[in-house]
Amino acid sequence: MEEIGALFHGFAVVLTPMNMLLMMVGIVLGVLIGVLPGLGGANGVAILLPLTFTMSPTSAIIMLSCIYWGALFGGAITSILFNIPGEPWSVATTFDGYPMAQQGRAGEALAAAFTSSFVGALVAVVMITFLAPLVAKFALEFGPPEFFAVYLLTFCSFIGMGKGSPFKILASMALGFALAAVGMDTVTGQLRLTFGWSELMRGFDFLIAVIGLFGIGEILLSMEEGLAFSGKTARISPKVVLETWKKLPQYWLTYIRSSLIGIWMGITPGGATPASFMGYGIAKKMSRDGAKFGTGQLEGVIAPETAAHAAGTSALLPMLALGIPGSPTAAVLLGGLLIWGLQPGPLLFVEQKDFVWGLIASMYLGNLAGLIVVLTTVPLFAAILRIPFSIIAPIIIVICAIGAYTVHNAMLDIWFMLLFGVVGYLFKKLDYPLAPMVLALVLGDKAEDAFRQSMLLSQGEVSIMWSNPLVGTITSLALILLLWPLISKALKIIRPGREGRVFTG
Amino acid sequence: MNKISNFRRNRCSAANLALGSIAVAACVAATPVFAAWEPAKPVEFIVPAGTGGGADQMARLIQGIVIKHKLMKEPLIVVNKSGGAGAEGFLDVKAAKGDPYKIVITLSNLFTTPMATGVPFNWKDMTPVSMMALDQFVLWTNAEAPYKTAREYIAAVKAAGPNKFRMGGTGSKQEDQILTVGLEKATGTKFIYIPFKGGGEVAVQLVGKHIDSTVNNPIEAVAQWRAGKLVAQCVFDEQRMPYKAKITATQSWNDVPTCKEAGVPTSYQMLRGIFMPAGVSKDQLEFYVSLLKKVRETQDWKDFMENGAFNQTSMSGAEFTKWLEGAEATHHELMKEAGFLAK
Amino acid sequence: MMGQNKEGGSRPVIASNRVEAIVASVLLLIGAVVVYNSVQLGARWTSDGPGSGYFPFYIGLMLCLSGAVTLYQALFGKLKNTQAFVDREQLKRVMAVLIPAGFYVLAIQFLGVYLASTLYIALFMRVLGRYSWINSIVAAVAVNAVFFLMFEVWFKVPLYKGIYEPLSFLGY
Repeated sequence: MEEIGALFHGFAVVLTPMNMLLMMVGIVLGVLIGVLPGLGGANGVAILLPLTFTMSPTSAIIMLSCIYWGALFGGAITSILFNIPGEPWSVATTFDGYPMAQQGRAGEALAAAFTSSFVGALVAVVMITFLAPLVAKFALEFGPPEFFAVYLLTFCSFIGMGKGSPFKILASMALGFALAAVGMDTVTGQLRLTFGWSELMRGFDFLIAVIGLFGIGEILLSMEEGLAFSGKTARISPKVVLETWKKLPQYWLTYIRSSLIGIWMGITPGGATPASFMGYGIAKKMSRDGAKFGTGQLEGVIAPETAAHAAGTSALLPMLALGIPGSPTAAVLLGGLLIWGLQPGPLLFVEQKDFVWGLIASMYLGNLAGLIVVLTTVPLFAAILRIPFSIIAPIIIVICAIGAYTVHNAMLDIWFMLLFGVVGYLFKKLDYPLAPMVLALVLGDKAEDAFRQSMLLSQGEVSIMWSNPLVGTITSLALILLLWPLISKALKIIRPGREGRVFTG
Repeated sequence: MNKISNFRRNRCSAANLALGSIAVAACVAATPVFAAWEPAKPVEFIVPAGTGGGADQMARLIQGIVIKHKLMKEPLIVVNKSGGAGAEGFLDVKAAKGDPYKIVITLSNLFTTPMATGVPFNWKDMTPVSMMALDQFVLWTNAEAPYKTAREYIAAVKAAGPNKFRMGGTGSKQEDQILTVGLEKATGTKFIYIPFKGGGEVAVQLVGKHIDSTVNNPIEAVAQWRAGKLVAQCVFDEQRMPYKAKITATQSWNDVPTCKEAGVPTSYQMLRGIFMPAGVSKDQLEFYVSLLKKVRETQDWKDFMENGAFNQTSMSGAEFTKWLEGAEATHHELMKEAGFLAK
Repeated sequence: MMGQNKEGGSRPVIASNRVEAIVASVLLLIGAVVVYNSVQLGARWTSDGPGSGYFPFYIGLMLCLSGAVTLYQALFGKLKNTQAFVDREQLKRVMAVLIPAGFYVLAIQFLGVYLASTLYIALFMRVLGRYSWINSIVAAVAVNAVFFLMFEVWFKVPLYKGIYEPLSFLGY
């Protein structure tokens, strides 16, 4: 195997004391960046990029990519502890992670989230090591119809999640789409739903909505119930990691499924956020405990975290091989490559062997180092919940405000965040599900762009969604998932004997 | 008052003992010198476009050069404000009247965004600092398509009839679409124009054969060109690009014919310039003009120019203002002809 | 979970179905606005696919539909929930966080993030947490000093300094 030789060469490049030091520095900074909403991975990388101009490109990319891994790990921490997603891809982690923390199982949730992140990343790196050229070609197959089909699939894998009133699910989703439509329409260049108000031109960023809906909304709910954060009594011991590890192997199927979803979404490049939602949605549909998702299921943490990390890692492949960034952070790294005099693109793998294999080797080592760093901090982070509510609550609100401001450097966004907080509180109390709204807000405009680009390509023929085997398969799969509740009902009628097992197993 | 200055002196001398010559320099620098204006805090560098695009790359390069060559004591901080096709960034600069701690890099959306959307904004609401370069546009096709020259490609588009060939570009009613309309007018063809979010994405869509051609900037497609995935058919300029170093196995930028040579009399370049808010003092403007001049003299900048085959025209002051007036009129004309003006 | 009848002694403020009706009306209104704006933009399917307002038009309709149905159910439905949405005690506690938060955001507008946050954390700890003044102020200043170092000094992310820029003497 040629790749293995190259990989060992890569390890040799990486394993110098200086590079190892940079790796640790990168991880710690990355975790810090991931924890605070507002200091996104892209931000962190962009800010530190100039510092790396004096290093060799290999050392520089090791440090910067380690920041990226650290940020991916760190995003889960505030999601689980306070219901505030530090990064967009950790929204799905809040669905079960936060209830676990409330039940006093924060340590378990964190350990599971970190370990799953590592597994997802590892699977993706192995794929990059051996299948890079092949996979890069696959990414080229994705034109507008394929992108639309992927977004459709993400939606469909999520539909039927809520119980409650179907009209409330519809309202929540439509509100998300409406908010996503605010601002400039990419296809025609017209301003939509801004009513001549220039502040609205930038649209509603998903992070602002999420920080308000989840973070502020949750504080209001906690306050109403007068019980502060219930994770206070959490039992914290270093052994929690080992105990959690004992439980993880039984979810091997979830790991495989989420890794594959993540890799696929990372390459296409749908990105880590849709991957995490799809990972969660599919796991809920497929799991025996699907109905209990949202109440603090370990599997509900594993599924999105594995998918998000697999996607985040494989997003670097199209960047290196094709020059298309799969994520905002990758986009900034791309800028870095150019400044170091490297030209991302098909020839990078041929001309810059040291760099590419050094980077791939650092993906293995960086993730391993990251896992060790974050796992040792589990008891520390879980202990944050012991801080009294009247100290931590104002700090959380401050962090939320900073996070909302930094998205666009706009004061108005802090007001919107507060408004979203009230909306989150009311919606939660009135049983409107929040997930469809968030998903619609994330993917709404992308899906619409892709659809309208497809319609331009086909001059208005919807049949373009089945114009080749790839897009046809994805579209059909999406429709099957959409109708899954009906299908599973039909299956139950055909085989009634299996129904009882859901409850006993 | 006395006390404070005393304290300062003490601190400086203590530091002198501890750190030697470095501190001496610092103490000397701290004494007020009546010199030209200099920033006393970090300067915000606004990019009215998303991360990873051409303007963003250039801004981050300038930021890097300034730090690497220590051209300024305080750092430049790049901030992306891409909302409303860049209007968000421009309005921010317009609102920051008299603030010398803000500069903004522009692309054609300086002219096109207010014209297409009616957003109340004009380049005259800012102080022009300097033109850094002009960005070229090249007509690209997929290497596996049978067209050897731009003439052949245009002939094929004509033969196929209107709305058969697909042209990809960045954004709507912006430079790529204006250029496409110009191309159509000059050759009597009609493309389906498909807007995407960024230039890199457009290039990859062309490699994947989802579209038939693009008018990407050189830097957006150079990697795919080198790898033999794309063919550079012609450049939309009056003369060829000057760079003679081989980029692909057989071609340099200089080997790419102009579109005029290929029988397509269309030319268009995009401004890459730096502006600051209105109402700044002459000293402040002078500082940035000379800073950017120093940036343009570095080797890193020259390499970047060559890599991206930029037209290295640069100017500032009255000359630049005159150029801007001309360019605004041209854009108004082009937008009007294409029917892109806001109603 | 829903916070109904938790503390029998406290008086209810408003019935759940009333709040439900208000929220539904707001959704209905937003939907109508979206529909109106979409029609202005052009909500037709043009020769090369959907126009700018095509999708927002149907999204607006969906909002109107779901708002109208929920409104109807809340006012006249058989299963309408007439139990208390919040009781007086709960409302007081929620407002104790929400109103100061509003003032906090207003303070950011004038004083900038750091000073407003310091005041907010200190007052929150003092008034709601009943900590001593000294503890409250020390904690508030310490937290904001850390934020200041992280954002302004290390990561160079400039945060909002307020209309009056009271901290401009720090040079950031």
